[in-house]
Amino acid sequence: MSETKFDLIVIGAGPGGYVAAIRAAQLGLKTAIIEREHLGGICLNWGCIPTKALLRTSEIKHYLDNAADFGLSVKEVGFDLKKVVARSRKVAGQLNTGVKGLLKKNKVTTIMGEAKLKGKGKITVKADGKTTELQAKDIILATGARARELPHLKADGKLVWTYKHAMTPEVMPKSLLVVGSGAIGVEFASFYRDMGAEVTIIEMMDRVLPVEDEDVSAFAKKQFEKQGMKIVLGASVEKIDTKSECVTAHIKGKDGKTTQLTVDRMILAIGITGNVENLGLEEAGVKVDRGHVVADEWGRTGVDGIWAIGDISGPPWLAHKASHEGVIAVEKIAGVKGLHPMKKDLIPGCTYARPQVASVGLTEKQAKEAGHKVKVGKFPFIGNGKAIALGEPEGFIKTVFDEKTGELLGAHMIGAEVTELIQGYAVAKSLETTEAELMHTIFPHPTLSEMMHESVLDAYDRAIHY
Amino acid sequence: MPIKILMPALSPTMETGTLAKWLVKEGDEVSSGDIIAEIETDKATMEVESVDEGRVGKIVVAEGTEDVPVNDVIALLLEDGEDESALEGAGGDASDGSAQKASESEAPVKQPEASDSKATDAKAPAAPVSDDGGRVFASPLARRMAQQLGLDLAAIKGSGPKGRIVKADIEAAKDGKAAPATADKAASQDKAVPSAPAPAGVDVPGFEPPADVPYDEVKLSGMRKIIAKRMTQSKSHVPHFYLTIDVELEKLMAQRKALNTRLEGEGVKISVNDFIIRASALALKKVPQANAMFAGDKAYLFKRQDISVAVAVDGGLVTPVVRDAGSKGLAQISGEMKELATKARDGKLMPEDYQGGTFSISNLGMFGIREFGAVINPPQGAILAVGAGEKRAVVDGDAVAIKLVMTVTLAVDHRVLDGAFGAEFLKAFKGYIEDPMTMLL
Repeated sequence: MSETKFDLIVIGAGPGGYVAAIRAAQLGLKTAIIEREHLGGICLNWGCIPTKALLRTSEIKHYLDNAADFGLSVKEVGFDLKKVVARSRKVAGQLNTGVKGLLKKNKVTTIMGEAKLKGKGKITVKADGKTTELQAKDIILATGARARELPHLKADGKLVWTYKHAMTPEVMPKSLLVVGSGAIGVEFASFYRDMGAEVTIIEMMDRVLPVEDEDVSAFAKKQFEKQGMKIVLGASVEKIDTKSECVTAHIKGKDGKTTQLTVDRMILAIGITGNVENLGLEEAGVKVDRGHVVADEWGRTGVDGIWAIGDISGPPWLAHKASHEGVIAVEKIAGVKGLHPMKKDLIPGCTYARPQVASVGLTEKQAKEAGHKVKVGKFPFIGNGKAIALGEPEGFIKTVFDEKTGELLGAHMIGAEVTELIQGYAVAKSLETTEAELMHTIFPHPTLSEMMHESVLDAYDRAIHY
Repeated sequence: MPIKILMPALSPTMETGTLAKWLVKEGDEVSSGDIIAEIETDKATMEVESVDEGRVGKIVVAEGTEDVPVNDVIALLLEDGEDESALEGAGGDASDGSAQKASESEAPVKQPEASDSKATDAKAPAAPVSDDGGRVFASPLARRMAQQLGLDLAAIKGSGPKGRIVKADIEAAKDGKAAPATADKAASQDKAVPSAPAPAGVDVPGFEPPADVPYDEVKLSGMRKIIAKRMTQSKSHVPHFYLTIDVELEKLMAQRKALNTRLEGEGVKISVNDFIIRASALALKKVPQANAMFAGDKAYLFKRQDISVAVAVDGGLVTPVVRDAGSKGLAQISGEMKELATKARDGKLMPEDYQGGTFSISNLGMFGIREFGAVINPPQGAILAVGAGEKRAVVDGDAVAIKLVMTVTLAVDHRVLDGAFGAEFLKAFKGYIEDPMTMLL
């Protein structure tokens, strides 16, 4: 490690950090990135990507289980869990190597070790028992976040899992309790249910996927229940008793009564907390609130030269939000002109359960609460030829417009492949289109995307196929 | 189900209106064709007829409510055999999605068409032109909002990629915070060019009255707001210049007297203004360059002379249009003008009565005004301001003579019309007025 002075040091090489570092290098900043565990962060090692690999397996299994519907005969669908997990790890490994290559290609200095702030413009890196001091004009904190645990709800890695354990099961549990019905919770619920486990979801709020539109939540619940999941709303886990091969959860229901449920395994998906420890934040004067670094819309922490982006600076905890924040912060540091801070209503969200869920912007309720008079369109999958041909007739696309200006305030989708569709509305929102341009856009036939068109038309009572 | 009475669209572009007056009250029986309310738009008051019959169950929108969106439920009509209990859940709450849907499907103007016309409207001003004649880049939402707020995109500086105007810029302009697009240039050229006022000039929050001066606060009518907006736009964006000429009226007065005597039995009385309308139309026919409209990278030279005539009414002025005045005789112009003026004063002008027009006349002669410069009524290219006919000492040859003279001033949009054509128009106009026989040809 010959170089010790940089323009910018990024701490954490997840999707926020490594994207920020590459952008900084593009802008001519001498950049270093420090990572304590694995390049690519949680996203591609223990999050987004390996779970998608697992969900692909359970999706194919679901198709095979229903092959007869498509005129195919398949005898005995089975699986080798070790191979399923191995495939997921291989995918993660491949991308991890890819990030390493990208950083190298962009001439970003990559340092493996644990970083700590040490006074203005200085940090120390501990690696292999040695400590090195580095200097930089600007430092970006991008250390990410981890699964939240509660004093009475702690993962042991054996019977009680976080997402990380749930990704590398050694045996397929017969019964599984998922605590929390956010994106992480329902994705694992979907995977394990399709692989054959009895799944129960417990959610504290009165609906599943509480950040989504209420119609989406209601529809998702119905679909999950149809697949045989049990869903308990308005409930929380008070206490758990772990035995040698099973765990008993004491569940306080909506009515205040406590019931017990004994399962093979349990997944905690009750939120995220920022990795704010051992960074020397307090000494540096960086403010931390409820597990997250406080930063403004540009990522500034209030301490000169220290920036924070991604999960560590708060929700939504999404890789693409972290990447975008990273780019904005770096461009601000480099003095790029004409910058706009991130607009949170332009961040799409995707959940890869079966059915998939995707959304961008305000829900109908949020739009009304924000004082908009709205026009709402909704189009069901059953009205779409491609959806029927795919054998996926369940789901819908909902759009919310401001009645006066025609601004697309939000879009909400549930059903097959919607995570690949939402970008269309994200582009529309970024370009500030109104309903008129969306109506005039020609959507190709036969595609699922036609439903995006029809939903817009429906908001103005012009849907053709429903 | 009670019948929903909806806010009607009085013109294709109308989006909101003021519910000026209810002519019925709850409990009244109405039959089809009865006039039940008066609606005021920016230019006119119109009557709303009931299309159905029944008993007025509920008045949903109170008299005097401003900015009622088109197609909102304004009242509920009970059909035969229905009582008040039927009113529950019958809608009237515009934020209620289901009621909204139902009302739209019954709306006389179907929503799809309405939104179509909106879409077209949004397109119409879609190619505003910047000061230097280039295309103005703006997001569709920004265009729509600017149109709704009456902001001129060319005057707004964009903060989006490559200077594109985005929603945030419109919101800033609305609040009067935006830097006008011209400001930068003015500064860089280091000239004392007064930067254009924020186009939202009209929407700028008002000044506080001085502390110690007693005052009445007068709420602006829709018409007043429109006048304020349009005149601000005109004076800040249309480069005006003025041409003044004196015309002698003796022959015209004699001619008028003769004509009116002859027409007495037919109830026709031709005014000086009718002569002015006809003379203007004929002069425009002769000099079509003065019958022009500026449209960015092109100009339109009109082949028909639709003359907008300013008529003072309570609370402002309107400009009903005498269509194709160049092909109409004095008697016809006189008749039409009389009807339009009456309608205008009664607030009964229909949109087709005042929309369009290719040239304007404003006459303040009756108030003894000698001469004045008028503000062009965009998108028209010129307006003729007419002063009083009065006896003046005029040098005729080498002697001073007393003559009946009137001064007119032509205000011209310099982007589309130059001094020479303006002068030619005035010469033709003067010719017709001073030799009115030629007007009869």
